[in-house]
Amino acid sequence: MPGPYTKTLMDPLIENNPVTLQILGICSALAVTTSLLTALVMSAALTSVLVVSNGAISLIRNHIPSAIRLIVQITIIASLVIVADEILKAYAFETSKRLSVFVGLIITNCIVLARAESFAMRNPPVPSLLDGLGNGLGYSLILIALGSVRELLGAGTLLAVAVLPTIRQGGWFEPLALMLNPASAFFMLGFLVWIIRTVRRHQVEEPEFRPRTTGSKAG
Amino acid sequence: MIELFAKTIFAENLLLSLFLGMCTFLAVSTRVATAAGLGVAIIAVQAITVPINHLIFTYFLKKGAWGWAGLGDIDLGYLKLVCFIGVIAAIVQILEMLLDRFVPHLHRALGIFLPLITVNCAILGGSLFMVERRYDFADSVVYGVGTGTGWALAIVTMAAIRERLRYSDVPEGLRGLGIAFIVTGLMSLGFTGFGGTSLQ
Repeated sequence: MPGPYTKTLMDPLIENNPVTLQILGICSALAVTTSLLTALVMSAALTSVLVVSNGAISLIRNHIPSAIRLIVQITIIASLVIVADEILKAYAFETSKRLSVFVGLIITNCIVLARAESFAMRNPPVPSLLDGLGNGLGYSLILIALGSVRELLGAGTLLAVAVLPTIRQGGWFEPLALMLNPASAFFMLGFLVWIIRTVRRHQVEEPEFRPRTTGSKAG
Repeated sequence: MIELFAKTIFAENLLLSLFLGMCTFLAVSTRVATAAGLGVAIIAVQAITVPINHLIFTYFLKKGAWGWAGLGDIDLGYLKLVCFIGVIAAIVQILEMLLDRFVPHLHRALGIFLPLITVNCAILGGSLFMVERRYDFADSVVYGVGTGTGWALAIVTMAAIRERLRYSDVPEGLRGLGIAFIVTGLMSLGFTGFGGTSLQ
């Protein structure tokens, strides 16, 4: 595979991750990560919608009048999401019930629209497909990380298989109820951003306001 | 009715317990004034779209809605996503034109945020929850106003906190996005505390 393609695919994984750096698609990243299974299903749904929508929009990019491009994009995305939603209802009904409205909300997931608008509208189909796949995988990576930590510490299980035996089952592990609480998702994502930015220092944001060094005059 | 209203604002705050509208929330919550403007716009759009979507769902999409035409078996429920997003886009566009015509200075103040409301998950999410929980028309009006108010309250509070946060010494890697998440988490914990309250 030639260089630029690999870059298109690999860049969004950590270097330019949609969730932690581009601040896209955070709503669903937080909402569906109480267990690893929902996180996996959601990642699969979003990645497939993203790949297909990027490809489709890129194919017809030269025929979309710019005045109505948002409506065209949203319609394409909405149709794909309906397909994904119906497939989930048919083959994974229980999980689709637990995901509740969040599959439908892929339509307004900023990742899909942002990649369509900023990448697929300007690039030929093959790089667009790869860009969709890369961003989908970057999003999945965050979801899986959050989902595993929250399920492991919140219920002592992974994919509903007991890993840490809980006290109720005669083990030693006291489940952290906080991990299943919405607030913990924010904390975990905050810490994840902290870790990534400690390793990749160039992602650190500049402070808007620097305290004066001691000794300098006020004014 | 009042209980539903209070519940949607505090205990089931769309933003802090269901994570809807996070992207706009993080992007726009740096100044109190703009946050308040956006909050008002969200309340207006939410209060209009949820009831309208309720009517559309009940009279066109629900199973049996076409019974009067002899098509009682038809179930167009799967079309709800496309219909809802269409209604939302249209309402936002109309609201923008109306504001431009009658209240130009508010229109100028909101600027780019108005069109952005279309892709705010809180709006679509509100309509989808309305369907999932089978609210009737009156409930859906209350639900629309309540969720909009809750969202506005959360973003204004967050903007006020972030204005102060600018002067604090945050660890390097946590600056900006990281600390915003942690603060939101703390706010969310606070709002969870409303969970058990009842107004009766």
